[in-house]
Amino acid sequence: MADGGARTRGRRTDPPHGPNMLQNSPLFQLYATRMRDFYRQPARIFWVYGFPTLLAIVLGTAFQNREAEPISIDLVEGPGASWVDSALGAHNEALARDRVSGLRKDVPEVLLRRAPEAEAIKRLNTGKTPLVIEPKGSESIVYRYDPTRPEAAAARQTVDEILQRARGRKDPVVTSNLPVQERGSRYIDFLIPGLIAVNTMGGGLWGLGFLLVNLRIGKLLKRFVATPMPRRDFLLALLGARLTFLVPDLTVLLLLGTLMFGMPIRGNLGLVILVDVAGALAFAGIGLLVACRTSTTEAVSGLMNLVMLPQWLFSGVFFATDRFPDSAQPFIQALPLTQTAGALRRVILEGAGLVEVAPALAILGAWAVVTFVLALRYFKWT
Amino acid sequence: MPDPAIRVSGLRKVYRGRSGPVTAVDGIDLEIGRGECFGLLGPNGAGKTTTVEILEGLNEPTSGEVEVLGLRWSADEKAIRERIGVTLQETRLPDKETVREIVRTFRSFYREGLDPEDVIGRVALESKANAFIEQLSGGQQQRLAVALSMVGDPEILFLDEPTTGLDPQSRRQLWDLIRGLGERGRTVVLTTHYMDEAERLCDRVAIVDRGKVIAIGSPAELIARLGGEHVVEFALAGEGPPPPGSDFAGLDSVLAVRDEADGYSLTVAEPHRAIPALLDALDRIGRPMARLTTRHVSLEDVFVSLTGRHLRDDETGERAPAPRRGRRRRG
Ligand SMILES: Nc1ncnc2c1ncn2[C@@H]1O[C@H](COP(=O)(O)OP(=O)(O)O)[C@@H](O)[C@H]1O
Ligand SMILES: [Mg+2]
Repeated sequence: MADGGARTRGRRTDPPHGPNMLQNSPLFQLYATRMRDFYRQPARIFWVYGFPTLLAIVLGTAFQNREAEPISIDLVEGPGASWVDSALGAHNEALARDRVSGLRKDVPEVLLRRAPEAEAIKRLNTGKTPLVIEPKGSESIVYRYDPTRPEAAAARQTVDEILQRARGRKDPVVTSNLPVQERGSRYIDFLIPGLIAVNTMGGGLWGLGFLLVNLRIGKLLKRFVATPMPRRDFLLALLGARLTFLVPDLTVLLLLGTLMFGMPIRGNLGLVILVDVAGALAFAGIGLLVACRTSTTEAVSGLMNLVMLPQWLFSGVFFATDRFPDSAQPFIQALPLTQTAGALRRVILEGAGLVEVAPALAILGAWAVVTFVLALRYFKWT
Repeated sequence: MPDPAIRVSGLRKVYRGRSGPVTAVDGIDLEIGRGECFGLLGPNGAGKTTTVEILEGLNEPTSGEVEVLGLRWSADEKAIRERIGVTLQETRLPDKETVREIVRTFRSFYREGLDPEDVIGRVALESKANAFIEQLSGGQQQRLAVALSMVGDPEILFLDEPTTGLDPQSRRQLWDLIRGLGERGRTVVLTTHYMDEAERLCDRVAIVDRGKVIAIGSPAELIARLGGEHVVEFALAGEGPPPPGSDFAGLDSVLAVRDEADGYSLTVAEPHRAIPALLDALDRIGRPMARLTTRHVSLEDVFVSLTGRHLRDDETGERAPAPRRGRRRRG
């Protein structure tokens, strides 16, 4: 080629202007690289969005309030069987009427199977029925059941109550139930902010820690620092990508909560975002610290488990933290996942304001500052 | 040498290895001129990568001085980086980036440089500009790696084992590319353990072994130092223990003799005189010839005469590096 060696020939690119300014910005190029890297890997998109969605749906429906399961029991043929049959039939009919208007969801329907004594006992012994009713005339009943089986004891209790009332027993005290199923205080409401926090943690650790170690293993990190690329731009691009991914992360789970489960958002949406960003920065710092000098996949996986596992267990994402002993509370409260999930819950479900979540923001901010300072100080680029 | 591209003196590097310290570079002095294509030739584990990575400012020497384009890494890192290009021995480029995207990204790191499309053309990857890196062959990935080191239009280009693991055709393509760089007046520093690569590409070669430069000069000079231009290799058939190589040392025109695992190797000045003399000698001891080849002296022979070992002998030896990862895994 005859274009000579001069550094001033026309083949050189023009000085940056217009769209070229972005073209020539390392920050923009590195940021765009991260974006492309993400959306070109559908498997990763599933783990980030599909998996928490599925988890929320599965756990949300599993713990939803539903009508009590019907009880199936056996009735021994003989004298007195017919009054038992009609008493339970009347119970079922009354229940069906009430249920139309959404009442008495907690009371089960009773399904009867009439059988000769020998057959009924055989079914009891083989576990095919939890309870056998043996009427002795019209004034006496024998219940056969295994009292160590909770569902058998419950069935006996329910059936006995129905039969006693049918024969005129009056309850001396009026009782009523007020099941807790107000929007905002169900398990699913508790769960969704926790899942948002878990996703934010995963993003910081996988999206930064794991990614950086892989770049180091592949010598790409070294290749980058062999150029005049500003290291600050490289880290800012990673961080920018992380914060960008919060938008879909948060949108997917909030939409799922509000549209599918009717979760209320009582607080300010901007504050929800602020808490999530604070959490993301804390976890980004932790991710950076995990990746600081690690140069094998095994080591980084181990470190990430060390960081994530205790938080899953103790941070009250799936279970409330106050189940753990008081002595463990300072440790639990110091965990960034506890603070992120807790603050998100308070804003989303209780409508908490900035002042109420300020302590959480301070703890998350402290995590971010300390981890970033340590990580940048000891970060191994080559 | 006035105003060299690279000046190195007393370079040493000691690693803290798992079983005690490892001296990877053991006192190297070099001056590499501007516009020169300079080769570090040596077997695996000789210390080539360690040396070039110190020159590239990616590794810290234990002691010694390094000047690149008259600048020092400690004071002028950013300025040097703008003016050099680096191809590492292995780099795992991101699978899901296209050729054009990654060239543009690397272009954005340099204040001045070449047009990305121009660079893609120079390494003959135009037809792959929109292909993902994972879809490229080993040779194409390696040309892309060279493209990334050229995109800042560097004055010095470092290439660490640019053709290792490639098929012959890809190697030849890369050689053409590297020669083109030299013709444009760029300084090229390359490492290799292929003597043919060093002979074809390099103006000067430093033969490196166990962290030391054991010979330096143009390939022709190094070969001339052996005194003879030709190598005659032969093996004996017939019964009885093989006679010692020294039996053939006094033959007409023979300059040096080596016992090889499967025969003998003679360095000779004039084969047309040495071979008849050899045949006579074998006649006298009554041993027929099983094999006879002659060839020109190569840098391999230079290395053998200096170290008693072959360049590629210890590829699986104790000094061999860990198994490769990265771009050549699929190559
Ligand atoms: N990071 C390191 N830690 C310990 N020993 C190393 C390290 N890098 C290289 N070595 C050792 O230094 C010697 C020279 O290695 P290297 O420079 O990679 O040689 P070459 O590139 O010529 O094959 C080898 O013995 C190698 O095992
Ligand atoms: Mg090497």
